[in-house]
Amino acid sequence: MLVLIKGGRVIDPGNLDGIVDILIKDGKIAEIKEQGSGVEEQGSGVEVIDASGKIVTPGLIDMHVHLREPGHEYKETIKSGCLAAAHGGFTAICPMPNTNPVNDNGQITEYILKKAGVADTVRVYPVAAISKGLNGKSLCEYGELKEAGAIAFSDDGNPVSNSQLMRRAMEYAKGFNMPIISHCENLDLAANGVVNEGAVATSMGLAGIPNAAESIMVMRDIALCELTASRIHIAHVSTKESVLAIRNAKKRGVKVTAETAPHYFTLTEDAIKDYNTNAKMNPPLRSSQDREAILKGLADGTIDVIATDHAPHSYIEKEVEFDQAANGIIGLETSVSLSLKLVHDGVISLTGLVEKMSTNPAKILGLDTGITAGRPADISIIDPDLSYKIDSSKFQSLSRNTPFNGWDIKGKAVLTMVGGKILFDVK
Amino acid sequence: MRFTKKDILDMESLSVDEINLILDTAYKMKEISIRPIKKVPTLRGKTVVLFFYEPSTRTRISFDIAAKRLSADSLSIAASTSSIVKGETLADTAKTLEAMNPDIIVLRHSSAGTPHLLARLVKSSIINAGDGMHAHPTQALLDLMTVREKKGEISGLRIAIIGDISHSRVARSNITGFTKMGAEVVIAGPPTMIPKGIESLGASVSYNVDEAICDADVIMMLRIQKERQKSFLFPTEREYSKVYGLTKKRVENARNDVLIMHPGPVNRGVEIAYEVVDGPYSIILDQVTNGVAVRMALLYLVSGGARNAGAD
Repeated sequence: MLVLIKGGRVIDPGNLDGIVDILIKDGKIAEIKEQGSGVEEQGSGVEVIDASGKIVTPGLIDMHVHLREPGHEYKETIKSGCLAAAHGGFTAICPMPNTNPVNDNGQITEYILKKAGVADTVRVYPVAAISKGLNGKSLCEYGELKEAGAIAFSDDGNPVSNSQLMRRAMEYAKGFNMPIISHCENLDLAANGVVNEGAVATSMGLAGIPNAAESIMVMRDIALCELTASRIHIAHVSTKESVLAIRNAKKRGVKVTAETAPHYFTLTEDAIKDYNTNAKMNPPLRSSQDREAILKGLADGTIDVIATDHAPHSYIEKEVEFDQAANGIIGLETSVSLSLKLVHDGVISLTGLVEKMSTNPAKILGLDTGITAGRPADISIIDPDLSYKIDSSKFQSLSRNTPFNGWDIKGKAVLTMVGGKILFDVK
Repeated sequence: MRFTKKDILDMESLSVDEINLILDTAYKMKEISIRPIKKVPTLRGKTVVLFFYEPSTRTRISFDIAAKRLSADSLSIAASTSSIVKGETLADTAKTLEAMNPDIIVLRHSSAGTPHLLARLVKSSIINAGDGMHAHPTQALLDLMTVREKKGEISGLRIAIIGDISHSRVARSNITGFTKMGAEVVIAGPPTMIPKGIESLGASVSYNVDEAICDADVIMMLRIQKERQKSFLFPTEREYSKVYGLTKKRVENARNDVLIMHPGPVNRGVEIAYEVVDGPYSIILDQVTNGVAVRMALLYLVSGGARNAGAD
C-alpha cells in the first residue's frame, strides 16, 4: 500500500523545509521526492493526500496529558484521550501518573500500554511517578518502570517537597538516562490559594497563589540539577520569574528544559471573572506581565515545549463552588489552533512551532522521530489558515472543561497519521 | 426609578442610583420596626429561604425579622442540618429548592462566588448574605445607610477601615460602596493583612493606624480572628491590640464628631477597647437596627417592589 502526501510544505527542523512529496510504504516513509515526480500516475494502488497550502510535520507530541484511566474513566479513558489527541493533530502523548491507582509500578505502566494497544490510535509513552503513590517519601522502581515502557518520571499534580528526595530522583534517573519532569509548587506558599495572587483575586475574594510558589521551586530544581549534573524538565511554566530563572540557567549550561501550556500564553487571570471554573487550573492563570514573559520565553527558546496539561474533568467537578472546583482544562483538541495564533501574531515561526510541538519533546524524551526515509510514518498535517469556531460539543474527549469553547480561530490540525495509518482527516 | 435587578450579589453590580433607591426605601422601612404592630402585608404569599452554609446569628436573624415584618414566609436551612451533610452538591440542593418555587433565596456561603453560581442555576432572586472573602453587600448597604443617617451625606467623607482586610468581605464591599458614593476610603492594618492589589478597589493603604484615623469621619474596625495566628498573620492578640487596636487614647486623638463602627461580632479588648464599644462615638447598635431596614428594602425591591406589591 502506497500513500503519497503531495504538495505540502514539509517542515522537519534541522532536516528539511520545502515543498516536497512524501511517499509512504507499509507504514514507513519510503522516499522524499521533489514535487511532481509522478508517482501517483504509476498505478492504481497509490492513495494521494493533497497537502498543498498546508504544513506537513513530523508527528506532534504532547508530552503532558492526563488520561483518567485507570480510576476515573468517566472523565477520560485511554481510548478517548488518544482519539482526542489524534483529532488535535498529535501522534504521541505522554500520560501523567496521577491515575488511581497511581502509575508507580510496572504493572500499571503495562496496563496503560495494553489499553493503548487495544485503542490502536496514537502512540502512548507513559510518565511514571517519581515517588511511590506520589507521596514524596520513597522512590519508585525506575528500572522496572523503564522496562515496562515508562519514558520519564514525574509526580505531576504534587510537587516533590523533599529536596533530598528530588536530588536522589534526579541522580537515580540519570542512570537510566530518563528525565525528571517537575511540577514546581511550594505548598506552604500556595496554601489554600485557588487563583493568581493579585488584584483580580483580591477583588473577587479568592485566595491567591503567589508567583514565588512556583519560581522558588524552579530555582531549587535548577540548583539540584547543577548539583547532580543531571537534567530536569520544568512542567507548565506560568510565571515571569520562572522564565527568567530558566533562561539564566540555560546560559550557564544547566541541562534544564521547560514547557508551557497554551492557556498560559493565551489567557490571563482575567478569564476567571464571573467565577468561571473552566479557567481554574494549577498553576493558575497569571497576570498580563507573566503572559508577556511566557511569550518572550517561547520566542527566544527559553521555553522548549508547548504541552497541553490536558486535564479532563466532568461538570460534576466544575459546576461547583469555585474553591471546590477541580483544577485543569482539556487541551488536546485546541492546542494546535491556539499555538498557531503565536505564528500568526509573529511570536514564533512555523519552524519554531514544529520544534516546540514535535522536535523538542522528542529530544527530551529520547524519541527517534523526523521525516526521513526508513522512519515510521508519524505525520501531522496542519492548515494554518483554516478559520473555524471551536465547538467543544464535537470533541472526542469525554470532558468539556475548556474556556475556549465558541472562540473563532485561525489554523487547525487537519490530518493525523501514525505508522502510515490515517487516524484523523478533517474531510 | 424602577428597580430591575433580580439578584443582589455584590456592590460592584449596583449603580449609584440603585444604591440610593435601596437606602431611601430602607429609611421608609425603618419606621415599620418602631410601630406597635411591626408587620405590613407587602410580601404576603412570598417565600424567602434563608440558606446558610456558614454559621451566622445576626445576619440570619436580621433577614428573618425583615421577611416576617413584610409578611413573607421565611424558613432557615443550615448546612449542618440539610442534605449537604449527605454529600449533595450545591447545584443539586439549589435545583431541589427551586422545584419548590421560593421567591427569594438568601445565601451565606464560605466560598466566594457561590451566590453568582446559584444565580446562574435558579430563577429565584438571590441575595448574597456573605460569600467567603468576597462580598457582603447587605452589610455595606446598612453601613452606608447608618453613615448617611448620621452625617447627612456620604460624598466627601473620609472612611478608615482598620484590620484584617485580606479576609474581610465587609471591607471589600464597603470600599466599593463608599467610594462609589463619593467617600474617600483609607484602609490600615498590618501588611500581612493587606491583600495585593486592594488599591484597585479604590482605597488608599496605610500601615499606620494613627495616620489612617486622623481626620477620619468614620472609623470602621474589623473583627480579628485568633486562628489567623496560625498562618503567621500576627504574633499575638496582645501585640495586635496595642499596634492596631482602637484604644481609648486613639479615639481621643480622632475627630470630635467621629463615628465608630464594627460589623460584629466584636472582640472586646482585641481590635477595639471595651470602653470604645460602649462609648459616645459608637454607632454599632444603630448598624444592627438599620440592618433590618436595609434587608426589608432589598426583599421588597427584588420582589418587584412597587410593581406588584401593595406597598404602604
